[in-house]
Amino acid sequence: MVKKSKSASVKPYKWELRLYIAGNTPKSVTALNNLKKYCEEHLKGEYKIEVIDLLVHPQLAAGDQILAIPTLVRKVPVPIRKIIGDLSNEEKVLVGLNIRPLK
Amino acid sequence: MPKKSKTNHPRFKSLPKTPTGIRGLDEITGGGLPTGRPTLVCGAAGCGKTLMATEFIVRGALEYNEPGVFMAFEERVEELEMNVASLGFDLVKLQKDKLVKIDHVHIDKSEIEETGEYDLDGLFIRLGYAIDTIGAKRVVLDTIENLFSGLNNLGVLRAELRRLFGWLKEKGVTAIITGEKGEGTLTRQGLEEYVSDCVILLDHRVENQISTRLLRIIKYRGSVHGTNEYPFLIDEDGMSVLPITSLLLDSPVSSQRISSGIPALDQMLGGKGFFKGSSILISGTAGTGKTSLAAYFANETCIRKERCIYFAFEESPLQIIRNMWSIGIDLKSHIDKGLLEMHAARPTLNGLEMHLLSIHKHVKRFKPQTVILDPITNLITVGSVSEVKSMLIRLIDFLQQEQITVLFTALSLNTIVNEQTDEGVSSLVDAWLLVRDIEANGERNRGLYIMKSRGMKHSNQVREFVITDDGLDLVDVFLGSDGVLTGSAREAQQLMEVTGQALKSHALTRKDIEIQRKRKVLEAKIASLQEEFESVQDELNKSYVEDELKKEIMEKNRKQIIQNRQNKNTLDGKKK
Repeated sequence: MVKKSKSASVKPYKWELRLYIAGNTPKSVTALNNLKKYCEEHLKGEYKIEVIDLLVHPQLAAGDQILAIPTLVRKVPVPIRKIIGDLSNEEKVLVGLNIRPLK
Repeated sequence: MPKKSKTNHPRFKSLPKTPTGIRGLDEITGGGLPTGRPTLVCGAAGCGKTLMATEFIVRGALEYNEPGVFMAFEERVEELEMNVASLGFDLVKLQKDKLVKIDHVHIDKSEIEETGEYDLDGLFIRLGYAIDTIGAKRVVLDTIENLFSGLNNLGVLRAELRRLFGWLKEKGVTAIITGEKGEGTLTRQGLEEYVSDCVILLDHRVENQISTRLLRIIKYRGSVHGTNEYPFLIDEDGMSVLPITSLLLDSPVSSQRISSGIPALDQMLGGKGFFKGSSILISGTAGTGKTSLAAYFANETCIRKERCIYFAFEESPLQIIRNMWSIGIDLKSHIDKGLLEMHAARPTLNGLEMHLLSIHKHVKRFKPQTVILDPITNLITVGSVSEVKSMLIRLIDFLQQEQITVLFTALSLNTIVNEQTDEGVSSLVDAWLLVRDIEANGERNRGLYIMKSRGMKHSNQVREFVITDDGLDLVDVFLGSDGVLTGSAREAQQLMEVTGQALKSHALTRKDIEIQRKRKVLEAKIASLQEEFESVQDELNKSYVEDELKKEIMEKNRKQIIQNRQNKNTLDGKKK
């Protein structure tokens, strides 16, 4: 499957995140806002967020095995992790992305 | 991609149906699955759900020009390709031709974390994308319940599933959704609540170590459908459902007659033999020559240059060929000419349905005029009497539809004739021959009866059935003064008769000679009497002639005298 990374030329980020959404639904907007907030807080300067709108690129859904919307995929560092939902629970997101170890 | 595909909508005024292409299923459903609606196929693990769904997609693509999307929640694409390759379906090529699209949906709970609200738009988009790229008319979701194992939020899941099925209907695709059988419910997650148009239940039962697959249509909104449990099979050609019976008794009939191979038997059957396309049962106790009769019939069929399939459940083909050689039938030559096929299998090899299907398939392929099953009794080891009966009914129905003559042999276990024996098929068959042991005078002989033969005059007599090196023959049983005689008793009686005949004819000749002699004596006597009579007659005649002569002469003299006198008178007158 096609996995386009728009800014592959720049130096590799420590964190590469991809958020799948389907149009500008409230859930998608909330998720994106939440994600940006957490990243700024914890991964400043080390992250890259790629937002993929499946309504525009439906062919990309299969590649990352997307079922639910919104889905956040952590591409780097491996292993791939997925978090679905509007990311409203900060604790869960941070643990899920392995940014902060489980307390 | 080309989206134009012909659906069979206009044919049905009521509910449009999409043919599955699965043999038999379209007959039970009256045309197929409801077009543009989802159908639920449920059943326990290993009962053939995925296979049925795959066949629906593949047949749709190949036979009905309807592209299909297969969304696999369980198997990977490669696995699926490999699994159906064994059925002769080339999914790789179909995908290349854009007739089929397979999308494997992988759900791993360990990879997924849930926070907050979400929906399954991703799935919708994937499915929608797949449908749109190939213009799919058919969709399979196999097994969507796997979602439940990957996601925790049941409320969302249920709502989304409901939305999904509604969305599929909107899309106008005919869908099959498979679901694992749950406890007390049709599916583990109660999918039947969402998919309510058509529900098909598959079952896999093992009885007496023999498995039977069964299919039942639980519901089919807006359509009549068969409600029974229909056995189905999965073999190298995919799935096939066999309707229990053709519902109507409307098979064509023929009044053409075919010989049984034994002239004397034909003679008993109104002189012409069996009807073409009829069913014949030969039953009898062990060793009474049922197989020989069947082989004779097969032989006769092949001699007529017609084809015959011989299904043997007891002996191997080579064994039968050797055994029949001993009574003067050369089955091997027919096999070499391609007129005869023999298939031998132990009944326990597979279930009744499998046997029925394999017979079906061989018949469809070989197109024989005659089919022989030898013996059906052994089938009882893999099914109950009623099952065997129902199978045979279906077989007879099928063969009659095809105008194929079928001959069964059956072993009756009792020496006493049981009128309702033989797997209860005796009432189904058109002709029933019974070969029976007749035991008398310390020897066993075979007697052949015709118990029934529909639609023809048949002999009511018992014939003795003899097997010799030259073949089979029927001999009239001998009705002697001591009753019915068979075997050597018959032969002895016949010998005695012959002797008696010779003696009698000898006596007759002697009497004839005596008469001859008497006649000669008599004739001699007659001759001498005749002579005597002639001499007497001569004597008598002599005097008679003499008298006559005398009389004549006297007359003559008298006339002379008269004349003389007259002359004298005239002379006297002249003188005057």
